[in-house]
Formats: sequence, structure tokens, C-alpha cells
Amino acid sequence: MIDMIKNISFSRLSRDDKPIAIAATFILVILIAGTIYTLDRFGSAPLFSPSYLVQQLQIGSFLGIVAAGMMIVILISQIDLSVPWTLAAGAMTATAVGGEWALPAALVVGLVVGTVNGLGVAYLRIPSMIFTLGVNAVMRGLMVAQTGGFAPQTKATDLMRYIAAERTLGIPHAIFVWLAVSILIVIMLRRTAFGRSIYAIGNKEAAAYLSGVPTKRVTILAFILCSVLASLAGVLLAGYSTKAYQGMGDAYVLPAIAAVVIGGTNILGGRGRYLGTVVGVILIVLLNSVLSIMEMPEAGRQIIYGLVIISMLLVYGRGEKATS
Amino acid sequence: MPATNTSDFGLRIRQNMGFSISVVLFAVVYFLYHLAHPKGFSSQVLVQNSNEVFSLAMLAMAQTVPVLLGGLDLSVGAIMTLVDCLASHLLEGSGSSVGFGLIACLLAGALAGFVNGCVVVFGRIQPIIATLATGAVYMGLALFLRPIPGGKINEDINWAMTNALGDFAETVGIFDDGKAAWFQPIAGVPTALVLLILVALVTWVPFRRSVTGRTVYAIGSAEGAAYMSGLNISGGKLAAFTLAGLFAGIGGIFMAIQTSSGNADIPMAGAYTLSSIASVVIGGTSLLGGTGGAIGSIFGTLILKVISFNFRVFDIAPLLQPLFEGLVLLAAVSLGALSILRVKNQLELFR
Repeated sequence: MIDMIKNISFSRLSRDDKPIAIAATFILVILIAGTIYTLDRFGSAPLFSPSYLVQQLQIGSFLGIVAAGMMIVILISQIDLSVPWTLAAGAMTATAVGGEWALPAALVVGLVVGTVNGLGVAYLRIPSMIFTLGVNAVMRGLMVAQTGGFAPQTKATDLMRYIAAERTLGIPHAIFVWLAVSILIVIMLRRTAFGRSIYAIGNKEAAAYLSGVPTKRVTILAFILCSVLASLAGVLLAGYSTKAYQGMGDAYVLPAIAAVVIGGTNILGGRGRYLGTVVGVILIVLLNSVLSIMEMPEAGRQIIYGLVIISMLLVYGRGEKATS
Repeated sequence: MPATNTSDFGLRIRQNMGFSISVVLFAVVYFLYHLAHPKGFSSQVLVQNSNEVFSLAMLAMAQTVPVLLGGLDLSVGAIMTLVDCLASHLLEGSGSSVGFGLIACLLAGALAGFVNGCVVVFGRIQPIIATLATGAVYMGLALFLRPIPGGKINEDINWAMTNALGDFAETVGIFDDGKAAWFQPIAGVPTALVLLILVALVTWVPFRRSVTGRTVYAIGSAEGAAYMSGLNISGGKLAAFTLAGLFAGIGGIFMAIQTSSGNADIPMAGAYTLSSIASVVIGGTSLLGGTGGAIGSIFGTLILKVISFNFRVFDIAPLLQPLFEGLVLLAAVSLGALSILRVKNQLELFR
């Protein structure tokens, strides 16, 4: 961390810090480019105002919580494609149960989905790509059958509104939730045996197994963590938009993966820092926001979005050639 | 090489267990479907089914090639959509302009795949994340071509390609407008089905037998060993992604012809990509790479689709359909993985 501030030149940074520094620089570039546009067009610079940045962080907190879970799963060189409907199921369960049990009920949904994912991947050793895809389809089926394919008529509870949309001292509570999740994840990854096991499994599962790491248990726990965080994000999102709706999680899975990878986490697992994921989330949210301020049509947004991911990875995400 | 003696044949069945199971499963379920369908075993039903299957089958073939490398292509749905939108501009006229349009669409698909290959080979970015990004770019280009759904396709092509061979011959004006006596037995065969078999025979079968094709399998089994054996790794990967783009492009052309319009629908492209992965796995190709094939993936698609056909004839509540589809997918992959529980040496599990 201190090195990162001391060294302006990227080349002297360690392998894991370089992506974070570059992504953070790119965030500044986005903000400056957006400000030049707004100064030219409207004669004002709202992008650097605290209220704008706080609002972007609030929007980013949903993606940030999903990406935190996704990162854990990617670190053990798996992936969780069941996130979209786990998120929606969490939100729909919370609004349907209502009252003070809304939040616990949603988290239990995440717990169950994560356990199923983990069992399939750890014990049946089905590639997570396809198993979680199947679980996602089942969750979608359950929710469609449950709600009749329409948005549920139930409303978000007061508590959900409180933690997602309301503010203290001008800061939305959703940001505090994201912050709490982040602190827990950082402590877990850096200070606990579980966290070290995650990196070990991602680097070489066989070696981790031979070193006595309970690989199956760690895999299941990682998937549970991811699903619980996805359902928590669903609860927050339902609180923010006052209701749950079909397909509310569809827009979160690919950006979450992109955020994790932009933050320097290796898609093959075993390497990456949590700070990078946070920076990746902020980058994606700000990019989206600035492009919409520029009134960029959807076509241009998609193209820029894709090109940004490719160029960031070309700078620091290149793998090595297999030569033996 | 014909399998003359029975033990040889049995061995080949056992070696391609996933593929064999998917073929049998499809045959049984599809037979039940025709039995239950009021117009079962008719050309009309066959034509309808073939049209519904074609684009996804193409996408499944497209997905197979990168999966054989041990990678994944998240952009196949986007390439299909891009070519679909391009075709809705280029296939409007008649005669030679349509011909050039078709060639341009095929080239566009192959080019998109080639670009994927370049990003993966020269950029050295993991296929799954590289194609996630290029897929967004292709979707953007598709939206640029068709901000709102629309366009038009030459009506003759639409009629000829989405009906039976008899209608095709009549439109094109061959075999006495499809009335030739010898032609009658096959006049009821769906054009889309014939096209599917043709594409598989003309592109996949020669590819699989070529050195490049075998290189793709070798890379999926062990990239380092393939490199040490002097195989052209970069060439194999570039060819694999280009072929995937070409297949996805053919799927896109057919989708444009079938719907007679272009539609840059982001959720639809995503759904097609995910279904293509499911088809590949159900068809017996390992996501770890090295084993399987595109023919298996076609049967994987057929199984996925025939399940939803059966919902229509067996009167299952439409609201339960997505649930059943998910359960079938989970059951299929779980059954395939049960043999893992018999493995005694835990270390064999880690590959």
C-alpha cells in the first residue's frame, strides 16, 4: 500500500499492485474526460462533486457486494453463474416474507443455493461453469413458478429501505454495508487460514490437498459466501428500488466478473487483491455513468465497455505461453 | 474406417459414452414427442422443429471448438446477433446481391471469430474473459446496425430455407420445380435439417481430420505437450476461434432468414450463449478440453430443444417449463459425473 503511493512509476510496483494502480489511474482519466465534456457542454463540473461521487458509490455498492463474492469463487479457480437468479431469489424472498424475517430469509436462500453449488462442484467435480448455470436455470424456474412470471406485488420492508436507500450524514447506508462486507473479506483473505486456503486451492488444488487443506469444505464455503453475498445484494437492490422484479440480477453477473478481472485477479484463480476488485467496480460504475452523461447510445457504450476491458487486460492481464 | 467386428464397435461406443447416451436419449424422447403429437411423424412438424433447432445447433457447434481447446467463447451469441443484423441489411435485394450478401455475412462471422483468436493468441488473454469483452464489442456493432429491430429478407430465400426440400426445389426451380418423380421421397425433408447436415459434413468432418483439427484436440489435452511435439499452437487456436465465428455466423444468417428481420437483443444473445454451453456439455464434450466433438453438441442441442417441444404436447403448465429445463440440465451433468464417486485415489480427481 505504502509502496503504491510512493512509486509513481508503474513498472516498479509488484505484480498484484500494478493492475490496481493502472485501474485507479484510468478512473481519474474517466472523470477528467467526463468533466471536460460537461464543462464544454453545460459549463459545470458535477463529476468531482461529493454528491455525485457518493451517488455513484451507492449504485456501485450492489455490484461491489456481488463482485466480492464472485472474487472469492474466482480465486479458487471456479466461477458462479447462478448469481443473477440467486440475487433475484433473495430479493423476492425478502419482499414476500416481509417483516423482521425478510433479511434472514433471503440470506438462507443464498446459503441453500451456495451449498448446492458447492456440493456439485466439490463432490461431483462438475465444472462450476455448467453446474452453476444449471442451478441458475432451476432458481429462475422456481421464481417464475412462484411469482407467475410477473413482478411480485409485495413491497420492500422498512428495514430494507433503511439499509439500502436512506442516508446518515448524507452517506447512503448501502455504502456502509459494502464497506462492512469489504472489511470482513479483507480480514478473511489476509488473516485467516480459510483465506490462505482459498489462494492455495486456486494455485494448485492437488498441492493444497496434499498439504492438508480441506479442499472440499473450503470450496463449499467459498460458494456459500458468494451466494449469500448475491442474495444480500438482492435485498439491498430491492430496498433501493422498493420492490423485487424478474431479471433484476441479469445485469450483474458479467460486470461482476469484469470488475474482478480488471482489478487484477487472475481468472484462473490463486492471485489477486480485494482492493483491485473495489477499484474495478468503481471503474465500471463510473464508466457507465460518464457514458450516459455523454448521451452515448447503447451501441457505443457496449463497444467502449468491451474495448476498455480488452485494453486493460492487454496492459497487465497477459498470461504466459505454454512451453512445456 | 468401418467398424466391422462387434468388439471394436463396442469399444467405440464406450469411448464416446457421453455422445452415445445423448443420441439414444434424443431418439427416445423425440419418438415419444411424435407419438403424442396430433400431427406426429409428418413433414410439417419436422420442418417446424428443424427451423427452431438450427440456429442453436450452429451455436453449439461454434462453442464446441473453443471448448475443445480448453477455453470458452462467451461471444458466440453476440457474433450470431451481429451477423443477424448484418444479414437483415444485405439479404434484402435479389439475385447476385443476395449472393454477395451471404458471402459477406459468412466472412463477417469468420472475421469476428478471427479477432477473438487474435486477442487470445497474441494478447495472451484467457478466452473466457477475452470473449466476454469482444462479445460486448460485437453487441455494440450489432446495435449500431440495428438500433431497433427491423429490416427485411428476400422472401424467396425465407420461403426456400425454412420449409421442406420440395418447396426449396420449387423456389429455386430445379428438379422440375420439385415435381420430379425420383425427388418425391425426399421432398418432405426440412431444408434446415439438410443444411445442418451439409454444414457438419463440409466443415466439421474435414476439420476434425486435418492436422489443424487434431492440433486443437491436442492443445485441449495438454498444451505444453502439444507445443513440445512441434504442433502449431497459435495456428490451431486461431483456426478454432475462426471456425467458431463462422458457425456462429451461419446461425445468425439463418436466424435473419427465419425471422425476416434483424434484432440486436442483448438478453437473447446471452441466453443463446449459455444454451450453447449447455448443449456442448450435454453432447458429451468435456469443458476441460480435449475430448468430444461438434456432432455430439448438435445432439446436445436436440435434447435441450426436444424437452421444450414435449412441454407443448404433454400439456405441462408453461410456468413450470423453466424449472424443468433447469432440472434436466442439472440431472444430465450430475449423472455424467457420478462415476467420480467411485474413484479411490483422491489425487486422480485433480486435473
